[in-house]
Amino acid sequence: MQKGRFGIHGGQYVPETLMKAVTELDEAYTKYKDDPDFQAELTRILNDYAGRPSRLYYAEKMTRELGGAKIYLKREDLNHTGAHKINNVLGQTLLAKKMGKTRVIAETGAGQHGVATATAAALFGMECEIFMGKVDCERQALNVYKMRLLGAKVHPVTSGTATLKDAVSETMREWTRRIADTHYVLGSVMGPHPFPTIVRDFQAVISKEIKQQLMEKEGRLPTAVLACVGGGSNAMGAFYNFINDKSVRLIGCEAAGRGVNTKETAATIATGKLGIFHGMKSYFCQDEFGQIAPVYSISAGLDYPGIGPEHAALYDSGRAEYVPVTDDEAVNAFEYLSKTEGVIPAIESAHAVAHAMKIAPAMKKDDIIVINISGRGDKDCAAIARYRGEELYE
Amino acid sequence: MNKVQKAFERGKAFIPFITCGDPDIATSEKLIYEMAAAGADLIELGIPFSDPTAEGPVIMAANERALSGGVTTDDVFAMVARVRKNCDIPLAFMTYANVVFSRGIDNFVRKMAELEMDALILPDVPFEEKDEFDVCCKKHGISLISLIAPTSNERAARIGNEAEGFVYCVSSLGVTGERAELSNEVGKLIAEIKKVKDVPCAIGFGISTPEQARDMAKISDGVIVGSAIVKIIAKYGKDCVPYVRDFVSAMKKAANSEI
Repeated sequence: MQKGRFGIHGGQYVPETLMKAVTELDEAYTKYKDDPDFQAELTRILNDYAGRPSRLYYAEKMTRELGGAKIYLKREDLNHTGAHKINNVLGQTLLAKKMGKTRVIAETGAGQHGVATATAAALFGMECEIFMGKVDCERQALNVYKMRLLGAKVHPVTSGTATLKDAVSETMREWTRRIADTHYVLGSVMGPHPFPTIVRDFQAVISKEIKQQLMEKEGRLPTAVLACVGGGSNAMGAFYNFINDKSVRLIGCEAAGRGVNTKETAATIATGKLGIFHGMKSYFCQDEFGQIAPVYSISAGLDYPGIGPEHAALYDSGRAEYVPVTDDEAVNAFEYLSKTEGVIPAIESAHAVAHAMKIAPAMKKDDIIVINISGRGDKDCAAIARYRGEELYE
Repeated sequence: MNKVQKAFERGKAFIPFITCGDPDIATSEKLIYEMAAAGADLIELGIPFSDPTAEGPVIMAANERALSGGVTTDDVFAMVARVRKNCDIPLAFMTYANVVFSRGIDNFVRKMAELEMDALILPDVPFEEKDEFDVCCKKHGISLISLIAPTSNERAARIGNEAEGFVYCVSSLGVTGERAELSNEVGKLIAEIKKVKDVPCAIGFGISTPEQARDMAKISDGVIVGSAIVKIIAKYGKDCVPYVRDFVSAMKKAANSEI
């Protein structure tokens, strides 16, 4: 009866009006996921249009400076539109097109998923509307402009905390209003079934490539894979093909904001508890009455009070570890990777870099860490400059 | 003893909704008494939630007003305990899954039974996910209300078959809020349900005028009105009670004008 469960997590907690839409999507995905023509078409677009496979780069200087494990960077930042988000978006939009949908809608936090969705809509000739928290529109103004340039309509969301969670809620409301011609391109491994599975499958290309590329370069598996986690799509993609390789440590880096002992945090595993929200059972930051907490992080992309249900299950089973990383640590890592390797990471990805900086020195020289650089940091430069007290106008 | 059926014994039922604690708990309590006196047959009490994903802007704003006033589930329970000393109208809680789940489903529903509540409506718990909630509701004699929507199609009969209390029939696509026009399409789904189970069917979402109440009552057993009432509360604040009372009285009459 209950679909899309990861242990006790997941499910389909949506209004009756949306059940038809998620059921249709489930049926269509089941049909196309093993269809060789669909997969060949998607691979062609991912390679020729989005620039896959993304590089696995040996960060030699960083390795030497930290003096421990060998560090590799999985360069999802080099994808078209500058982040891993495009992997999922191209998959879902192609699926939507096959389903006969002519319009896509999406939420966005940092704007990367919104830009990716607007890009795919332009590519496939579909109508596109993006919902983005008003606070996020302000801190990621450049991405708002990009979405408009790509032909999308951007709706600033003013309800609640005017950030990612409110953008998700508003996109769900919009989907309830208009289902027949519209697909909701959910941006992370969250929401009602089948989204956590679909998004994970489309992002799993990341770990598939890491495995092949590392085999070619080192002839073995990594010791640890690190990725930042908000909803958790880049992490799920980076972890997925290693889940059965028990020797590989899987480490998700959550946004602790100003610290897990403050209210200004978004670290769900560290501070949340089991709940039901946004279509899924999983862990959520909430108060004693079940009200969803107004979370905070410097990173608009990790500023979400929940975590995808498959991560929640990986945490329960102990297969993956989840660690909090503060704003300060992430900003330091943002600057460090820029200066050391000439790679400006997204502030989201910088959370994973920060944790690598903590653990690498204590590891052995023949250990291997792979950090998923889920996106590039151009969008964050102005905000980081302001964080450091510099006035910078785009 | 569950009183939901009683709500459908006085002609077409009129079911108003308010968000508890909007503008404050004392006004909500007064509204319950006055709406009951004005002809309401069952009252839906919204327990405010931070992120009410099935609501339109009017009820979303009511949730925000109540929460920013500091209202908690405990305050709502305490209010119902006072109400039950004065008034035996059938009452339903309308809230979101996490409000119930975070307290422990069984704890929450047992408390409802203690308070002589009659029904529970959770718009984000569809048929496929209801078992966990339904087990506790059955144990404590609370009706877990099923919803059907214009997109339910072949699901309607399956949902109707397991329905308790009454079926909440969503009039049209979208979230809660007033609609200029309502179609009669939902009537077909009601017919599907009636084929499989003799259970009252009430229509909600978008009903705001006496004409709409009359038209929707014609094809159902009752009408549910939320946003139009919440709008009056938002306009008049603590002075809203007589305005809401008059509106409820007019809507109950309209719903029964063509029997």
